[in-house]
Amino acid sequence: MSVIPPRAPDVEEASLYASHQKVYPRAVQGVVRRVKWAALILLLGLYYLVPWLRWDRGPNAPDQAVLVDMGHARLFFFWFELWPQEIYFLTGVLVLCAIGLFAVTSLFGRVWCGFTCPQTVWTDLFMWVERRIEGDRNARIKLDHGPRDRAWWRAKVIKHGAWLAIAMATGGAWIMYFNDTPSTSWAMLTGQASLTVYGFFALFTATTYVLAGAAREQVCTYMCPWPRFQGAMLDENSLVVTYRDWRGEPRGKPTDPDAGDCVDCKACVHVCPTGIDIRDGQQLECIGCGLCVDACDDVMKRLNRPTGLVAFETLKNLAASEAATKGMAPGPARLERGMSVRVAQKIIRPRMLVYVGVLGAAILLMMGAWLMRQTLTLTVLRDRAPLYVQLADGGVRNAYTLKLANKLRGELALSLVLEGPQGLRLLVQDAGLDAQGRPVLTTREDGITQWRALITAPEGLRLRGSTAITFRLLDAQGTSVARQSSVFLGPER
Amino acid sequence: MPTKIEKDSITGQMTTGHEWDGIKELNTPMPRWWLYTFYACIGFALVWVVLYPALPITGATGLLGWTARGALPAQQAAERARIEPMLARLRAATPEQIAADPELRGFALAGGRVAFANNCAGCHGAGGQGAVGGFPSLADDDWIYGGSFEAIQHTIRHGVRANESDEQRGIAMPAFQATGMLNATQVSDTAEFVLSLSGRSTDAAAATRGEALYAENCASCHAERGEGNRELGAPRLNDRIWLYGGDKAAVMRSIAYSRAGVMPSWQGRLDPAMINMLTIYVHALGGGE
Repeated sequence: MSVIPPRAPDVEEASLYASHQKVYPRAVQGVVRRVKWAALILLLGLYYLVPWLRWDRGPNAPDQAVLVDMGHARLFFFWFELWPQEIYFLTGVLVLCAIGLFAVTSLFGRVWCGFTCPQTVWTDLFMWVERRIEGDRNARIKLDHGPRDRAWWRAKVIKHGAWLAIAMATGGAWIMYFNDTPSTSWAMLTGQASLTVYGFFALFTATTYVLAGAAREQVCTYMCPWPRFQGAMLDENSLVVTYRDWRGEPRGKPTDPDAGDCVDCKACVHVCPTGIDIRDGQQLECIGCGLCVDACDDVMKRLNRPTGLVAFETLKNLAASEAATKGMAPGPARLERGMSVRVAQKIIRPRMLVYVGVLGAAILLMMGAWLMRQTLTLTVLRDRAPLYVQLADGGVRNAYTLKLANKLRGELALSLVLEGPQGLRLLVQDAGLDAQGRPVLTTREDGITQWRALITAPEGLRLRGSTAITFRLLDAQGTSVARQSSVFLGPER
Repeated sequence: MPTKIEKDSITGQMTTGHEWDGIKELNTPMPRWWLYTFYACIGFALVWVVLYPALPITGATGLLGWTARGALPAQQAAERARIEPMLARLRAATPEQIAADPELRGFALAGGRVAFANNCAGCHGAGGQGAVGGFPSLADDDWIYGGSFEAIQHTIRHGVRANESDEQRGIAMPAFQATGMLNATQVSDTAEFVLSLSGRSTDAAAATRGEALYAENCASCHAERGEGNRELGAPRLNDRIWLYGGDKAAVMRSIAYSRAGVMPSWQGRLDPAMINMLTIYVHALGGGE
């Protein structure tokens, strides 16, 4: 029996790690860029200004339009006010957002990523600042590869200072969604705010600075789960940023009659914020921002060629054009042939029907739940220790804790009536009585009051085992406004 | 072990050089900073283990010497300082004044609930339901020494037969058979009469015989018809509530050998504010008078 010696490796071990290649996106002008600027201004404007909006809710409530009040466990959103036990409405909103995102993605591709995702928007803002200070792509590359002289230091200090300022404004604004904006802003500026506030402020400042300044496209490529499962949303009818290779290939000089429309100027590569080449086809890293579309259209216009070599296009049309122009020589005929077989995007398809159906159902469900929301709830907790109290005269007594939650402004006084076997005696500790001698429970404004009720069954009633009873609250007109069932327990025999 | 690194024709990427049954994998390198982040996490963990009690070894507290248990007294002191103004108000007030002030009463009920669970529930049960065998229910309407604020407060302060306070509750009931004052038959007859007080006698002749014995030996404390005497702490005998069980055997045992439940005096053991809280809480259990 011979032992086969292990074969010596004839290659070097390849490294499983690579240094990050910094991306230097070039500035670009065009339609998509203008849309992106508009989205950026709108979204950032909303983010920074919404905490300052005031909303009058009466004397004892915060007057901030959007506020998550952790201390009092209330969520205020304009005319909505949520209690912690209604947090499922927030869950519902998140479900709506998710389904909306699915629907939009299956129609228009990664528009969320490309136009509205906070990571994209803040990175865009940071890049704009960077360009204003260090110049455009070539100037930045030169600066980074040049000597670290005074000019380098000056540019870097100013840039990082500006970034930090934006990051602090961002972190500060985040705090204001959880605190009263005017007073907390003033407290933070004068050094009076709590350690918690400063801690979160530092945290969100740091994350903004690191994610938008340093990490940038790597958040999308390595950290975010969305690129990984968005493939499940897309199909051949979704608009995606595409290079029409049937029109562009083979690449060549503008003067070359045998070349396609792509002149290999690399404009699309240079403007890409993720540093990829769209001409390689669909890629995980592409966030669908469409800046390469602007860049390429700009070049095509200067060459007096039709725009749309890189475009928002469905994969179905791409395949159709591909098939129709197979084997044709580059030129206007090929272009016309390829464009003529394209069809309008198919909006209504099973996937969209499912998304819209679920979206509609979720909206209806949410609206129904909101309209049927109880603004006054009575909760009854039976004392379990003791289960019942044997009284000296042979009667039996049960004790209950009543919790009266009033979700509205203003206070109410309600009469409590007990529905059950005749002869049960109801006593509520510390409660006043109304004209009919019934206990009066008062509510707190937007809060919970707690009462202890004692129910006595005299000996003559001989209640044994468990008896169903119902507590009911009546308003001044005698209308029932809340009810809750419970049981009255007595000895088994 | 990598054998052959090559360029993949479809993706244009290099392979790692591994091959299993003809399956090769592409090498998509991770960014190096990601690896450094991982190392930083390991470094953080090591620092944590050195500074904080992270090892499951007794006494391994870490260099900082911080422990959760060690941090507790400071937190308790801070909490005490926070509620001290409230406690001071509770000390200065009588139970009646506390009950009349909603803020104080709410505080006293919440504090009393906890104090009761810590100090009283062992005998009196959670919620004060008591237990047969000498642990009175505090939730019913039957009081041996009275259910007013003042009476409850006094009982908590001075205890019952614990010989810890000059003002303690409770005197001794004679053990009639053990001391030879009554024989077994007389005890049985007396017990039968006691049962008749709450309408549960099954032997009218014995109850009639017991009536005279009762008047002679028991009525001085338990009153003529078993109404009891709160001054002396003689329980009612004409109701449905029995501290040691209400069947004939239990009543006979009580007469023959007497019973003497003990409750410690809490004055000096508990903060006066806490005694006031307990008074309010016990009063609110349902039996307060």
